[in-house]
Amino acid sequence: MTRSPKKAKRSLAVRFKSELPFHLMLLPGFLMVLIFKYIPMVGLSIAFQDYMPVFGMFDQEWVGFENFAYVFSMPTFPRVIYNTLFIAIMKIIAGIVVPVVFALMLNEMNNMVYKRSLQTIVYLPHFISWVALAGIFLDVLSMDGIVNTLLGHLGINPIYFLGDEKVFPYTMVVTDVWKTFGWNTIVYLAAITGVDPSLYEAAYLDGAGRYRQTIHVTLPTIMPIVMLMTILSIGNVLRAGFDQIFNLYSPLVYSTGDIIDTFVYRLGILGAQFGPATAVGLFQSIVSFVLITLGYWAADKFAGYRVF
Amino acid sequence: MKQTQGQKIFGVFNYIFLTALALLCLMPMINIVALSFSSRNMVNAGFVTFWPREFTLSSYEYMLEKSGLFPAGIVTIKRVIFGLLINLAMTVLVAYPLSKDDLQFKSRKFYVGFFLFSMIFNGGLIPTYTVIKEMKMLDTIWALILPNAVTMYYVLLMLNFFRGIPKSIEEAAVVDGANWMQILVKIYMPLSLPSLATITLFIIVGHWNEWFDGMIYNNRAQNYPLMTFLQYHVINFKTSDLRPEQIAANPALADLDGRAIKSAGIVLCTLPILCLYPFLQRYFVTGIVMGSVKG
Repeated sequence: MTRSPKKAKRSLAVRFKSELPFHLMLLPGFLMVLIFKYIPMVGLSIAFQDYMPVFGMFDQEWVGFENFAYVFSMPTFPRVIYNTLFIAIMKIIAGIVVPVVFALMLNEMNNMVYKRSLQTIVYLPHFISWVALAGIFLDVLSMDGIVNTLLGHLGINPIYFLGDEKVFPYTMVVTDVWKTFGWNTIVYLAAITGVDPSLYEAAYLDGAGRYRQTIHVTLPTIMPIVMLMTILSIGNVLRAGFDQIFNLYSPLVYSTGDIIDTFVYRLGILGAQFGPATAVGLFQSIVSFVLITLGYWAADKFAGYRVF
Repeated sequence: MKQTQGQKIFGVFNYIFLTALALLCLMPMINIVALSFSSRNMVNAGFVTFWPREFTLSSYEYMLEKSGLFPAGIVTIKRVIFGLLINLAMTVLVAYPLSKDDLQFKSRKFYVGFFLFSMIFNGGLIPTYTVIKEMKMLDTIWALILPNAVTMYYVLLMLNFFRGIPKSIEEAAVVDGANWMQILVKIYMPLSLPSLATITLFIIVGHWNEWFDGMIYNNRAQNYPLMTFLQYHVINFKTSDLRPEQIAANPALADLDGRAIKSAGIVLCTLPILCLYPFLQRYFVTGIVMGSVKG
């Protein structure tokens, strides 16, 4: 049965009127997102322009894919992509494994007061900005910083954690885990608390000790959430952590530490090459979009997770 | 359940290992605090580990007297207060209609699509910068507040919390003649205090710690918020930057090493936010779990 256009129009008007309070509530947020998220998407057209800031938005010269060709042919660009993937993927793996193991070990603690105190301490770094943390790490990890002083007492030669291009990416992964692992245990600890106690009793009666109870009862029960967190972090593959790396890197380690975001910053904001910088940004946005969409799709299919 | 020998050994090992890990989290911070209270000689000689040597407050005096920290702090307090009010209001106002089901709110699908897409695709650094610039918002506090006034992560957290509130409460209110706004303000918000507290903490921490927008959207250094100030003036600070008249006015300054001053700056800029956190800790654990993992 097809409805007449007039009737459909009227029902739409009625619907709009009955839903008016909802539309009004959404209006301010809608406008903010429209202005600050959607208009910049239109601004991605800069990627196809020879953008000159002195001219207005509509008076730019179109150059097709020239900016992309220019950036992709830069000798440093493949290196930047590789660095980004390497650091980001290492962070994703370590960012799942460490919190899960930590949560499992914390769960074995019987002293609740002690457990809570440890949690309070390991959550703490999450609240410190990367700027302040960078200041801390630049000092602590410097050649005469406390880490090298302590290593010296153990008879180990000083390591240039932030200036040696071979060490730098690993320093990024470790300091990132240092900041985030405590906070990331929250979700897993909640999941472990939700494990049905009768499962442990059944396993105990079957002769399983604490270790085997953990492997065969706790781990499988929290596995769906571990999977979900992994899937949802796939979208970060091209985001290796600008705040951290920008504040800790130096020209000494560009060869292994320069990532897409820092590259875009230097190219666009410092070098004022708006066109090429936007081209890289667009490339990054599209790849991330595809990965995140795939991740959401997989999360919905395998874990029944819906974003909204 | 009785413990076997192996379990006892594991238990002891577990306590030692986890304690060591927690100490590893604290160690760099304690080191920085110790450095900030120590004299230049001791810092240079590498004698400072976890306790101040030749205790002095001169690094703090320098940081507090150096024009810049206080104005930057005021910019940050402004952005935290306005940012909190605006972001919290937007979060609740967007989350509430979207927490309804498709039958109650038929246009919901459109809005979900609109907000979801803004979450997974973004214009990136340069286009966003040009929009802020074209709107003449450079060097204003609004450039630090409005672009992220709607944070989708907080909206999702709030939305999931709203959905957990029994429908019957709302139905009873509708029967009594309450409108949607009244239901939101008088029923949903009082019931959502844990979630609101969590989001409040997140917004405050987010605004306090944000530095990049302050750096690119401000041409004048006096408009920098605290973390941008820290990034620009402190992390890059050298004793050789001191002007002769500054040293003449306070000879103690010449004795300061960059490391001690930087440490004092880091402590001053970080301490307020760390003082806030224990008070809200009991709320955010439930808040986070609600938001990230449902059902």
